[in-house]
Amino acid sequence: MSTMTREETDALIAEVLEVYPEKAKKDRTKHLASNDVTIEQSKKCITSNRKSLPGVMTIRGCAYAGSKGVVWGPIKDMIHISHGPVGCGQYSRAGRRNYYVGTTGVDTFGTMNFTSDFQEKDIVFGGDKKLAKLIEEIEMLFPLHKGISVQSECPIGLIGDDIESVSKKGSAAIGKPIVPVRCEGFRGVSQSLGHHIANDAIRDWVLDKRDGQAYESTPYDVAIIGDYNIGGDAWATRILLEEMGLRVVAQWSGDGTLAEMMNTPKVKLNLLHCYRSMNYISRHMEEKYGIPYLEYNFFGPTKIIESCRKIAAFFDDSVKEKTEAMIARYQPMMDAIIAKYKPRLEGKKVMLYVGGLRPRHVIGAYEDLGMEVIGTGYEFAHNDDYDRTIKEMGDATLLYDDVTGFELEEFVKRLKPDMVGSGIKEKYIFQKMGIPLRQMHSWDYSGPYHGYDGFAIFARDMDIALSNPTFKNLTPPWKKAVEEEVKKAA
Amino acid sequence: MANIMIRQGEKGLTFYLPKRDLEASIESIEFDTPEKWGGELKLDNGGSYYIDPIAKPPRLPISLRAKRLGAAED
Repeated sequence: MSTMTREETDALIAEVLEVYPEKAKKDRTKHLASNDVTIEQSKKCITSNRKSLPGVMTIRGCAYAGSKGVVWGPIKDMIHISHGPVGCGQYSRAGRRNYYVGTTGVDTFGTMNFTSDFQEKDIVFGGDKKLAKLIEEIEMLFPLHKGISVQSECPIGLIGDDIESVSKKGSAAIGKPIVPVRCEGFRGVSQSLGHHIANDAIRDWVLDKRDGQAYESTPYDVAIIGDYNIGGDAWATRILLEEMGLRVVAQWSGDGTLAEMMNTPKVKLNLLHCYRSMNYISRHMEEKYGIPYLEYNFFGPTKIIESCRKIAAFFDDSVKEKTEAMIARYQPMMDAIIAKYKPRLEGKKVMLYVGGLRPRHVIGAYEDLGMEVIGTGYEFAHNDDYDRTIKEMGDATLLYDDVTGFELEEFVKRLKPDMVGSGIKEKYIFQKMGIPLRQMHSWDYSGPYHGYDGFAIFARDMDIALSNPTFKNLTPPWKKAVEEEVKKAA
Repeated sequence: MANIMIRQGEKGLTFYLPKRDLEASIESIEFDTPEKWGGELKLDNGGSYYIDPIAKPPRLPISLRAKRLGAAED
């Protein structure tokens, strides 16, 4: 499948690492590997979830980014206070494109930034009074909010503020839940610990609040877990599940609400899309409420069909029938898309470097379009993610964990993919090198990419990027003339 | 002592250590009878843990306290 042999891939890794000092080289070698599909355990070939090397450019985020930006942020009817200095909240505000329905500033608050704006005096004398005042002000200015979460930034942990007690008092005063989240940015090695902390906060402060209350359930209740509705992803997923005859009770957390989260323990099955960021809460619900969870993948028709059948197997025959009918209904549309784009995209090579689930989940979608993924890597994955990735990737393809700016650039220079899928920080570096890049974090301001409808957009976007005539005109005219002369002379 | 969770995976039991976000599959369990279940757990990553033998839990996953006998090399 891949054009490289294992020796070539290993040689490439060794060559790229040549510039590092001895100690750094030793550390980085563990994070880079050529894929071996026969290995069951990723641990044997790749190390992950370790502290980044000081002095290299890493693309990772912090625990606050994992909690406020990823897990809590999209819950639309809560107000998420970025507790601490103003920058953390302000520079990440609304950047993730978690779409939602509602009137911003009245009953939904997704794209707004609330911060306690710490000053020197708050660091010196503590910020608890300021937080209490802030909660009062929020209640006065935005009476329709359903609850508040306090997302700690680094100084809160450093100065030892007691946000839990302020939250409890505030909660009693306004009669709405206030959730303190200890997601200070310095915790852990990447945003991954932030996901874990956020999940634990949901478990402790939200999940069991409606236990024992009356609830009209159906045998077909499911929850979408770990879909953040980027560009409308969760909606594209939801319509498929509803067509299968299931009732989606909760969306975690894209376009989700606090009430939905509290109702989740009543569902029959949790559908887990982003394993990395929400497996914690799924495990908890499996143990406490006996709700099984199922990982699924809604990128590209092959994986969608596979996942839908897997989901339907949990339910009775009426769901299975509806699922088959749905698959049959969409098949001609998918065939048309593949017939249109496959000839244009066939054989193109892609390298990916993204976050929690996409480095493995989108491989199927690329393969449906006849493209090949020759390298993939995660910013903050753990060994269990690589266990899953090894099976998806071709033999001897390149795997890179927490890749540094330098390494990724060198790999792209040597492997010469037709396209790179990564984030905004990489986008212009590679485009200036003459390689089209699609942002796979925010779908490059497009989307959705999940579901059947998403695949149509995905295929179009990949075609737009690859067929862009700009990349043929990157050599300026004066250099072109020289090139032709050299050719003539040769 | 550490809190761990044992879960029924697709192929056998899996072991999860929340504190370290460590997931591994259990290769062998010392006692596996309805009245006595637990003992030494051997993990596929080379580590081993000990849980006090209990009656076989009616439902998995289950959270337990475990003692570390040997750490996985890393």
